[in-house]
Amino acid sequence: MKMLTWAGAAALALTVGGTAQAENIKIGVVVPFTGANADLGQQIDKAFDLYVKLHAKDIAPHTVQIVKRDEGPPTGANAKTVATELITNDKVQILAGFAFSPSAIALAPVVTQAKVPMVISNAGTAWITNLSPYIARLSFSMWHHGYPMGAYAFDKIGCKTAALAYTDFPPGKDSTEAFKTGFEKAGGKITESIPLGSPVQVPDFTPFFQRIKDSKPDCMYVFIPSGAHATGVTKAYGELGMRKAGIKLIGPMDLIPDNKLQDMGDAAIGTVVMGNYAVDLDNAENKAFNEAWHKEYGADSYPDFMSAASWDSMHAIFDTIKKVNGDLSDGGKFIDAMKGWTGKGPRGTVSIDAGTRDIVQDEHAMEVIRKPDGKLGVKVLGTTKAVKDECKELKIGRCGS
Amino acid sequence: MPQFAIIAVSILFDGLAYAMFLFITSVGLSVTMGLMGFVNLAHGAFAMAGGYIVVSLTRNLGIGFAPSLAIAAVAVGAVSVVFERGLYRRLYKATDLEQVLLTIGLAFMAIATATYLYGPIPKSVPLPPWLQGDINLGFRAFPTYRAFLIVLGIVLISVLWYGFEKTNIGAKIRAAVDNRRMAESVGINVDLLFTLTFALGSGLAALGGGLAIQLFGLSPSFAVLYLVLFLIVVAVGGLGSLKGTLLAALVIGVIDTAGKYLYAEAGGFFIYAITVIVLLIKPAGFYGRE
Repeated sequence: MKMLTWAGAAALALTVGGTAQAENIKIGVVVPFTGANADLGQQIDKAFDLYVKLHAKDIAPHTVQIVKRDEGPPTGANAKTVATELITNDKVQILAGFAFSPSAIALAPVVTQAKVPMVISNAGTAWITNLSPYIARLSFSMWHHGYPMGAYAFDKIGCKTAALAYTDFPPGKDSTEAFKTGFEKAGGKITESIPLGSPVQVPDFTPFFQRIKDSKPDCMYVFIPSGAHATGVTKAYGELGMRKAGIKLIGPMDLIPDNKLQDMGDAAIGTVVMGNYAVDLDNAENKAFNEAWHKEYGADSYPDFMSAASWDSMHAIFDTIKKVNGDLSDGGKFIDAMKGWTGKGPRGTVSIDAGTRDIVQDEHAMEVIRKPDGKLGVKVLGTTKAVKDECKELKIGRCGS
Repeated sequence: MPQFAIIAVSILFDGLAYAMFLFITSVGLSVTMGLMGFVNLAHGAFAMAGGYIVVSLTRNLGIGFAPSLAIAAVAVGAVSVVFERGLYRRLYKATDLEQVLLTIGLAFMAIATATYLYGPIPKSVPLPPWLQGDINLGFRAFPTYRAFLIVLGIVLISVLWYGFEKTNIGAKIRAAVDNRRMAESVGINVDLLFTLTFALGSGLAALGGGLAIQLFGLSPSFAVLYLVLFLIVVAVGGLGSLKGTLLAALVIGVIDTAGKYLYAEAGGFFIYAITVIVLLIKPAGFYGRE
C-alpha cells in the first residue's frame, strides 16, 4: 500500500485563508505493479508522480492524495476487486491508470453505479468509452493507430499483402480489425490472422513467425501489449531473418516502446509504426517532459507513449479540478466538465472529444533508425492532425452502440 | 526440396530446440519426484535463480554468456544442498500436501526476493557474437542460438545417459528409484544419493533458467509461470525416468511447435491435449511404474 500526500498546498491555503474551501481530492491509481507486464505500470505511475510533484501547486488551495493499487494480470478480475475497494473503502473520488482493456471493461459497470469518474491512461480497446458515461480516455483507441496504418501501409510502405498476428485478448482483435478495415479499403489483401496466445506470459514467437515467413506476405502487422512482449517480437523477427526475407514489420507503436528500444538492437531498425508519441517527437512540451523525466528517474530511464498519456491524464484531471473548484460531490458533473478539454503535452495539442469522451490527437508514421549519436530512435515519416477514434466515427461493431 | 519437407524440417528444428530446454530444466524434477516421492514446486525457483545469476554475471561483471551458465549451474546446485539438508529433509515422510505447502511457499518467497533485488521488469541477456544471427544451410536459415540449444542438449543427454546407465552411482540411483527399501537394505546410502541427485537436478534447472532468458525473457514470475510446463513433462514422461523425461520433452516440444505452426488458431491447446491423451492411455506416463 503506497500513499503519497501533498500537504504543502493545503498548509499554504490555510495561512492565506481564502474564501474557497480547500478540498483534498482522493485519486485511486490502478496499474500493474507485478507480473510480466509490471513495466507498463511503472511507465504510467512514474508519469503520474512526476506530474503531481511538479504541478501540485497549480490546483491550490485544493490538494490531491494518490492511493495506489496493483492492477495484477491482464484478466480484469484483480483490477475490479482493488478498484471496488478503492471506491467503497478508501472513498476515492477519481480513478486513473488502467493499463489493460479487460480491467477497464470489467470496471465500467462499477464506475457507472458508483458515479466515479474513470480516467484511462492506456487501455485501448475502442468501445471501452461506450461502456460507461463516467469513462474518459486520454490514451488512444486501437483504431487511432491501426486504421490509418492500413492505408499508409498500402500506399507508402508498399504492402500489397499483409499477415496479422496479435495477442489474443480484446485490444488485439480490435487493433487487427482496425488495420484490416483500413488496409482492405485501400486495396490490400490480408493473407492470414494468427493469435499469439494470452497476454499473461510472453510466448516463444518463433513458430508463429516461421509460419508467416513461409507464406511470404509483404508485411507483418503485429499487435502485442508492448513491454516485454515487444522485445520478444523483435528478437524472434530478427533471429528468423524476416527482414532479409523481404517481410516488413509494421504495427501500432506498442512494438517499439521507448523504454525498451535501446535493448532491441539492429533487428528493430526499419520497423514502421503508427503512433501518438515517441521520445524523439519535436515539440517544446516534449523536450521539457523528457528533461524533467531524466532529472527525476535518471539518464537511462525513458518515458514512452504510456507515460505521455498518463502525464496528459493528470493534466486533464488537474485542469478539471480547477474548473469545478474542487467540487467532486457529483462525478457526472466532473466528467461533463472534462468534455472538450484541450491541453498541450508531450504529444502536442490533444483534446477530449465532447461526444465520445475519447482523445483527439495527432498520429505519426514513424520508422526506427540508428541516430547519429549511435542510439536507436525514430524518424517521423508523416503526420495526420487531430485524429478521432475512427471506430466510433464509422460506428463499427460495438463502437456503434 | 519440396515445400512440405522444408516445413517439416523447420518444425523439427524449432521443436527440438524447445524440447532440449524442457528436458534440461525438467529432468531434475523428475528424478527427485521418482527417487524420494518428493513434490518440489520450488524447482522453477531454482531455474529462475540460475537465470538471474546469469543476468548479473553477464551484465554487471562482464563475464561471458557460456561461463556464466556454468557458474550459475554450479552455484545453484551447491545452494540447493543447503535447502535439501536444512528444509526438504524434514518433510520426506510427510504428506504430499505438506510438501506442496513448503515448496510453493519457497517459490513465492523466491519471487518476492527476485522482485526486491531485480525489480519486476523482465531482464534480457547480452549474447556473444557467435550465438547471434543464423546458420544458412541453403534451403533454410536456422537461428544460431537454437542450434546451440540442440547441441548442448545432446551433449548433456549423452553425459547423463552414460552416468545413469554405465556408472556405479547411476546403477545405485536406478536401484533406489525402483525399490528404495531394497536398495537401502543392500547398503546403498539413499540419503546421500538423493542429496547428490537433488544438487545435480537443481543445477540443471539453473542452466535451463539461464538458457530460457533468450527464449522467454526473465522476470520474477518465471518461478511459477513455467512450472506447469515442467510438471507436464514430468507427468507425461513418468516419475524418475531419464528416458521418459526425454521422450516427453521431445513429444511435447515438437507437437507444441507443430500445432502453433500448422494450426495457429488453436495456439497453446495442443500441449494440454497431448497430456490428457498420454495420461489416459498410460496414467503413470511413458516410462513410469504402474
